Amino acid sequence: MIKINSLYKSFGNLEVLKGIDCEINEKEVVCVIGPSGSGKSTFLRCINLLEEVTDGSIYIDGVKINDTKTNINEIRKEVGMVFQQFNLFPHMNVLNNITIAPKRIRKMHEVEAVDLAYQLLEKVGLQDKAEAYPEQLSGGQMQRVAIARALAMRPKIMLFDEPTSALDPEMVKEVLDVMKQLAVEGMTMVVVTHEMGFAREMGDRVLFMDEGVIMEEGTPSEVFGQPKNSRTQDFLSKVL
Amino acid sequence: MDFLESIRFDMIWNYKELFIRGLWVTLGLTAVGYIGGVILGLFLGIGKLSKIKWIYYPCKYYVDFFRGTPLLVQILLIHLAVIPSIFGHSLGYFVSGATALMLNCAAYNAEIIRAGIQSIEKGQMEAARSLGMPKREAMKQIILPQAFRRMIPPLGNELIALLKDSSLVTVIAANDLLYASQVVAGAYQRFYEPYVTVAILYLLLTWVCTRVIAYVEKRYSNSYIPRRRRTFSFSRSSVGG
Ligand SMILES: Nc1ncnc2c1ncn2[C@@H]1O[C@H](COP(=O)(O)OP(=O)(O)O)[C@@H](O)[C@H]1O
Ligand SMILES: [Mg+2]
Repeated sequence: MIKINSLYKSFGNLEVLKGIDCEINEKEVVCVIGPSGSGKSTFLRCINLLEEVTDGSIYIDGVKINDTKTNINEIRKEVGMVFQQFNLFPHMNVLNNITIAPKRIRKMHEVEAVDLAYQLLEKVGLQDKAEAYPEQLSGGQMQRVAIARALAMRPKIMLFDEPTSALDPEMVKEVLDVMKQLAVEGMTMVVVTHEMGFAREMGDRVLFMDEGVIMEEGTPSEVFGQPKNSRTQDFLSKVL
Repeated sequence: MDFLESIRFDMIWNYKELFIRGLWVTLGLTAVGYIGGVILGLFLGIGKLSKIKWIYYPCKYYVDFFRGTPLLVQILLIHLAVIPSIFGHSLGYFVSGATALMLNCAAYNAEIIRAGIQSIEKGQMEAARSLGMPKREAMKQIILPQAFRRMIPPLGNELIALLKDSSLVTVIAANDLLYASQVVAGAYQRFYEPYVTVAILYLLLTWVCTRVIAYVEKRYSNSYIPRRRRTFSFSRSSVGG
């Protein structure tokens, strides 16, 4: 579904991604772990072209997305993204946060969009918050709305960039539960996370990133159970 | 007291039509100049954020020019040189005056609007773009509605500044408020009454503007929740990040 060939990304002189090869299959849940500054966010942001790729290629369903001929907006409709800081639109209530993209971009009818929004709110357990504004929500609630907002575009792939890192501990679970449900329903997901429990339980595959390369990859039991790379061992010993 | 007894406001009364007309002209010039200045300023402000050189540089030079030269010079230049050379004759003081005020106001507004847009967290644009919104749409739906709130106080200051600066169009014989007092001063060779009157009238106008701006500012400050629903007591439990 996603195929990435020798992906390079530099910010000026700073080379952040140094040749990443990776394939993500349909319905797969891939968890990306690694120390801070290793390029995990950059990697994720390249997949929906929030960052311009320096070299290499990214294919989604066989279409090369980092090509001047590809319409970026068409690609992004299919790739949902959930940010660490939620990035809800503060001037809109929850309902409008969710319906704006389907209405404006997918040209969905108002009634249909609202209907969809309520379905998604039910899924994330926030039906009663449709009229609330982001500033009236807790962090966990905001992140669940952000997930619903991304899902409203009916994406084929969901990218999560440390979705629980900005949350108070007691709110982490409610967000992870929503993500688990998504995974069970067969959503293709790439999740950058520090929640090793989630990676272990839900990940079909775990990628360990360090210094802009994928140092090690495998099933959770391989990576967490018998890490081969010394950097992985070192990292895991610090976080587990 | 001699001085007080010698004050003659009756001569202002004799010219009341001129003052009322001046009031309307001043308000008209300010309104047209300001509304045009906000719209043009919006495009200039966005232009100054463009990465495309042939958009950025014209906008930058425009702003530099109109902020770097006296408004008085701009008014004379437009009235006596630019408009006659384009149309072959003058289009009257109002067109010249309103145009000059608008072009000048736009330059100041452009900076306010640019700064307002830049003050919105980068994540907002990214979230909108990640939903597949084209840049223009994201600007319109997501960035500008938020940025405008932050622009209200400085844009309000610009309105008051423009209202006062509009008095400069008197130099091209506009029948504005200041002009009315000059006529009275010329006719009676008295200066206190006409200029105190005009000062009070300007003060009144700026006071009304200040009140309106304060109201708008209050209405749109702090919270995005519509007023009628703010009475709900939602608990603002810890917001992450
Ligand atoms: N827009 C940017 N400009 C310059 N450097 C950046 C930018 N974004 C990220 N970086 C740098 O790239 C490196 C990797 O960042 P990031 O992908 O955010 O790492 P991670 O998510 O793994 O913590 C860091 O050194 C960071 O400072
Ligand atoms: Mg990161």
